[in-house]
Amino acid sequence: MKPFKQVTGIVAPLDRANVDTDAIIPKQFLKSIKRSGFGPNLFDGWRYLDHGEPGMDNAKRPLNPDFVLNQPRYKGASVLLARENFGCGSSREHAPWALEDFGFRVIIAPSYADIFFNNCFKNGILPIVLAADKVDVLFKETLATPGYSLTVDLPAQTIRRPNGQEWAFEVESFRKYCLENGLDDIGLTLQHVDDIRRYEERRKNEAPWLF
Amino acid sequence: MAAKTLYDKIWDAHIVRQNDDGVCTIYIDRHLVHEVTSPQAFEGLRLAGRKPWRAAANLATPDHNVPTTDRARGIADPISRLQVETLDNNCETFGITEFRMNDPRQGIVHVIGPEQGATLPGMTVVCGDSHTSTHGALGALAQGIGTSEVEHVLATQCLIQKKSKNMRVSVEGQLGAGVTAKDIVLAIIGEIGTAGGTGYAIEFAGSAIRALSVEGRMTVCNMAIEAGARCGLVGVDNKTIEYVKGRPFAPKGDLWDKAVAAWRDLHTDDGAAFDREVTLRAEDIKPQVTWGTSPEMVLPIDGRVPDPAREANAVKKEGMQRALEYMGLDAGTPMTDIAVDKVFIGSCTNSRIEDLRAAAAVAKGRKVAANVKLAMVVPGSGLVKQQAEREGLDKIFVEAGFEWRDPGCSMCLAMNADRLSPGERCASTSNRNFEGRQGHGGRTHLVSPAMAAAAAVCGHFVDVRKI
Ligand code: SF4
Repeated sequence: MKPFKQVTGIVAPLDRANVDTDAIIPKQFLKSIKRSGFGPNLFDGWRYLDHGEPGMDNAKRPLNPDFVLNQPRYKGASVLLARENFGCGSSREHAPWALEDFGFRVIIAPSYADIFFNNCFKNGILPIVLAADKVDVLFKETLATPGYSLTVDLPAQTIRRPNGQEWAFEVESFRKYCLENGLDDIGLTLQHVDDIRRYEERRKNEAPWLF
Repeated sequence: MAAKTLYDKIWDAHIVRQNDDGVCTIYIDRHLVHEVTSPQAFEGLRLAGRKPWRAAANLATPDHNVPTTDRARGIADPISRLQVETLDNNCETFGITEFRMNDPRQGIVHVIGPEQGATLPGMTVVCGDSHTSTHGALGALAQGIGTSEVEHVLATQCLIQKKSKNMRVSVEGQLGAGVTAKDIVLAIIGEIGTAGGTGYAIEFAGSAIRALSVEGRMTVCNMAIEAGARCGLVGVDNKTIEYVKGRPFAPKGDLWDKAVAAWRDLHTDDGAAFDREVTLRAEDIKPQVTWGTSPEMVLPIDGRVPDPAREANAVKKEGMQRALEYMGLDAGTPMTDIAVDKVFIGSCTNSRIEDLRAAAAVAKGRKVAANVKLAMVVPGSGLVKQQAEREGLDKIFVEAGFEWRDPGCSMCLAMNADRLSPGERCASTSNRNFEGRQGHGGRTHLVSPAMAAAAAVCGHFVDVRKI
């Protein structure tokens, strides 16, 4: 996983609430046994005018000109601005994989679905929870200003707007630590092998039917 | 000792370590595995030279990609086939028990866990699938996880997590005839919204939940995730214990008695505090139908498609407009005027034997309406299928014009060949009505099995209590 310190990037505004994981990456692409290559099919149903299937040459497919990510001004965006309950639905990690593969490193929204939120951190994406009125401000500014970009600083926990103003955001310390350092948490857990073994010994006595 | 909720009790019993900031390492008793979210996890394990921590704690089955017809001929789609074969190979390599596609015990992972007694009261259960919440019906702490966590659980038998808040949804009173567990949970989601349970573990309680069978409780817990909660739970009672007794993976003899003694404590203590409480009256719940593209867009069957013009919140209004457009519906249309093209009875929400019995009771002696192109029944597991055939339910369905299929996820998410065509409208007993969920451009209305069967025989949505 890529360590995450500071990201400055163009903001793409996705003005819909309850964007679900089926919309982020439609299920026909979940058949892949790899964890990369999902970017071209991010938001597939909204992004292309035809119906996408795995194995198609995406470069030849007709784009939906009305879909926000297809507008030239948002090309290369790395910050996704979204509405309430982003990422609801399935637990599929293909959703953050697709977002990351497309180039997003930061999502800003008033709220997220739990599993999706958690999956982002495991894939080098920082999902920031920001109050709805502030998210509104960002939507307005993004739409009004071509090339609008933000700087997100994870160590300092701030979002810097083009006018220089900074907003603070919250992030759980353990998640921050792992994301900042690009740490694989399996390695961290395995530092506590003795604790796991001790727990198992105790449980085998208390609840032997579980073993 | 302070009074604890059911969730508190199970959580506390599984803490391996706790950091200063409240992040815990919790122990996982049962890990269920299917083909879609596991290949990358096994690959990660292999790359790091790791082995499963406790292979016996895992149970695998393919469900999302498997065909529901002509199984002896294998899987036609080469990409689906590769995914299923990858699961077979991984289970073989790592010594994990798997019910393969042609094993009679194969089925939807959330149906087979309880059916086999592989998920037990008081366990922590995880699976790379959000509907793992289903298993909470047994008084287990059951949660969906992503693929990174699947790998983490395989490698360490643990999960790193912060505790959720406690929420209790009580449904009090007596359900009317024709109103089912599915209607209860749709009504709850209609009440609290799809984000209402975000950050909470939801315990379902109250006399109407107590009155449900364990299978009915599974239907309710299954959709806790649609209310935003990672897990739903129901306290253990005699029904739970009766349900578990004698199942293949359940404890036997002496161990059984010990287990039952421990399970008797798996309920919320009197006076335990919840961070949020919601109460519904069972008498107020009518058969439900969703009209939009989110499970919270739901109405009683005697309702009319709502008018976005009356919604004050701009984001909501926009969402409603988009949903009506996608669903091809006009505001003000009575739900009972909406005709259906296809009917799907199945999914981890409603494919157990009681669901099939309820649907068959409506289908019996009737015929699928002429305008319905396809009505299919997909049992949740091979064993459910066998049981239904013993009871003659398959014959009732086939005589009425339904197709009787092999078990799997099928048209719940249309990863196999079963899907809607653009614009087709479906009465479905599944759990998600998202855009494109059942096929590109397909329109899903979520209902109970009885309501789905009623829609099939009438050709449009109808109040099952009136036919
Ligand atoms: S039946 Fe549907 S919801 Fe359940 S596990 Fe399968 S795809 Fe997921």
